[in-house]
Amino acid sequence: MAGARVERGTRASQLWAVGITIGLAALVAMPFWGDPGDMRLVAEMAYYLALAQLWNLLAGYAGLVSVGQQIYVGLGGYTLFYLTDRFGIHPFLAIALAGPVCALFSIPVALAVFRLRGAYFAIGTWVFAEIFLLVVSIIPALGGGSGLSLTPSIVRSISSNRAGREMAIFWMTLAVLVVVFALVYWLLRSRHGLALTAIRDSEPASASLGVDTFRTKLLIYVVTAFGTGFVGALIFLQKLRISPEAGFSLNDWTVVVIFMVVIGGIGTLEGPILGMLVYIALRELLADFGTIYLILLGAIAVAVMLKAPGGLWGWVVHRYDVHLFPVRRRLRFEKPD
Amino acid sequence: MGWVNIIIQGGLLGGLYALFAIGLALSFGIMRLVNIAHGDFIVLSAFVAMIVSAGLGISAIASLAVVIPAMFALGYLLQRGILNLTLGSDILPPLLVTFGISVIIQNLLLEGFGADIQRLHAGAIETESVILPGGIAVGVFPLLVFVLAVVCIAGLQFVFYRTGLGRAFRAASDDPDTAELMGVDKRHIYALAMGVAMAFTALAGVLFAIRTTFEPSSGPIRLIYAFEAVIIGGLGSFWGTLVGGMILGIAQAIGAALSPTWQILAGHIAFLVVLIVKPSGLFPRTRD
Repeated sequence: MAGARVERGTRASQLWAVGITIGLAALVAMPFWGDPGDMRLVAEMAYYLALAQLWNLLAGYAGLVSVGQQIYVGLGGYTLFYLTDRFGIHPFLAIALAGPVCALFSIPVALAVFRLRGAYFAIGTWVFAEIFLLVVSIIPALGGGSGLSLTPSIVRSISSNRAGREMAIFWMTLAVLVVVFALVYWLLRSRHGLALTAIRDSEPASASLGVDTFRTKLLIYVVTAFGTGFVGALIFLQKLRISPEAGFSLNDWTVVVIFMVVIGGIGTLEGPILGMLVYIALRELLADFGTIYLILLGAIAVAVMLKAPGGLWGWVVHRYDVHLFPVRRRLRFEKPD
Repeated sequence: MGWVNIIIQGGLLGGLYALFAIGLALSFGIMRLVNIAHGDFIVLSAFVAMIVSAGLGISAIASLAVVIPAMFALGYLLQRGILNLTLGSDILPPLLVTFGISVIIQNLLLEGFGADIQRLHAGAIETESVILPGGIAVGVFPLLVFVLAVVCIAGLQFVFYRTGLGRAFRAASDDPDTAELMGVDKRHIYALAMGVAMAFTALAGVLFAIRTTFEPSSGPIRLIYAFEAVIIGGLGSFWGTLVGGMILGIAQAIGAALSPTWQILAGHIAFLVVLIVKPSGLFPRTRD
């Protein structure tokens, strides 16, 4: 560890990089060894992890605790359905456009909700999600309250057979996850990441040193909307139909995501991974007991916030001092692209 | 005549929204705590009233004699046992803890009572009406709710600015550390404030459940109405929440008159307009 060239991170992060490479390679090959049910679960884990990481960027790093990220999941999904159905655009191109569309919508939303501070910001984003839900439900071109379905011809344009389709969607989901991690990591390493850290530690002090706090937060909000919309389009490509209630679901796209991040460790890149695993494990284990898993998740999240605000990963770091994604000290990313 | 009627009905509905908002305004005003579970406590109060009135064979209104003290106690214990631990310069803990509590309450109610739509009954008063000058018929119950909202706010205003307890509340709000030096037990005062907030929440919850149907998932939208009333009225002003609630109620009534699908959306739009034109609300008092 000689002086300035500490760029490659810790020994743990190097091992982790190797592990992740092997793990990703195994997952990429999964269509050849796994069964479709497992693949769907892995795809779900991947998009939940992507959503969790994006919310973590927003709340954990930029301090923007949004309870309205379902806006962009739903909007991304609707972009896919509307563009493919109305304009005959290929689904892959429509998914690529979902990000920019969400980013565009997020700017006026941000300009309004940024007038609210702290917890009121949270409820303000929630109100916006309600507004999006209500407005989409009264637009006939978007299918009103009953929503839209992807027509068979659009579905076939992805691949003519079911296996090929599932493979393509599976790989895209993995790719999106990697892109989201890379995006968040890149942002945190950039000067914006430094600005974010400064804002988090003291907003007035960083503002006095020339950090444009408004623009930095706006940037993070828009980038997060972009990523969330992208993930949303993919989620609904898998589901093949969308309705206002499903697209703009607070519980599905924000509540469980918040729990994942809080339980895993907010403000760390590793936390959401642990949190997502805890969520999936609890849900699968308690699948026969209704909403007990949600009650349990809520209770764990409350306990974590009260007793160990760093979450599971915070406890690991405290105990073993490992850093798998070293963003602090400007160390280099270990994730393979 | 039609529009006057709509505005009067909407304004009366605003009384209920003001009652929703009081608890939120109180806990924000004193503890700087925004209780995300506020709406779920409204619904919880309704369920408690349902059990009490069924168990004791009394009307929903009479059940208030049990529900209000019970919710006061719950509020006191909640603040003392959990929420006091979350207060500090970091906004995340109170936000996420109350968010977790919200999800827990909703799902416990769902497990306990199922997703069925419920309603509380208060007897003949539900359907009685009086004729105002000009021939507009007004329900006795909505009128009663509105009058109660005015009385509650006046009472709160009196306690806040004319009594020792109110002085302690304001001191703990303005400068908790100095208040502590003067012998104010911050933890106790905060817990009392949450108890009072929850007592109003109980009243609001029972009146709401007599007026309309409710189910375990009814909470979040009530939180949003309360929030909109607080923001429209201006942070920290109790009378402001009444005006905010009335504006919200009138906007919803006008929206509903245009088309049923526009009812709630019209309320949100009124909120947005105020947020954009006057972000600090109409009668702001607290700076956060």
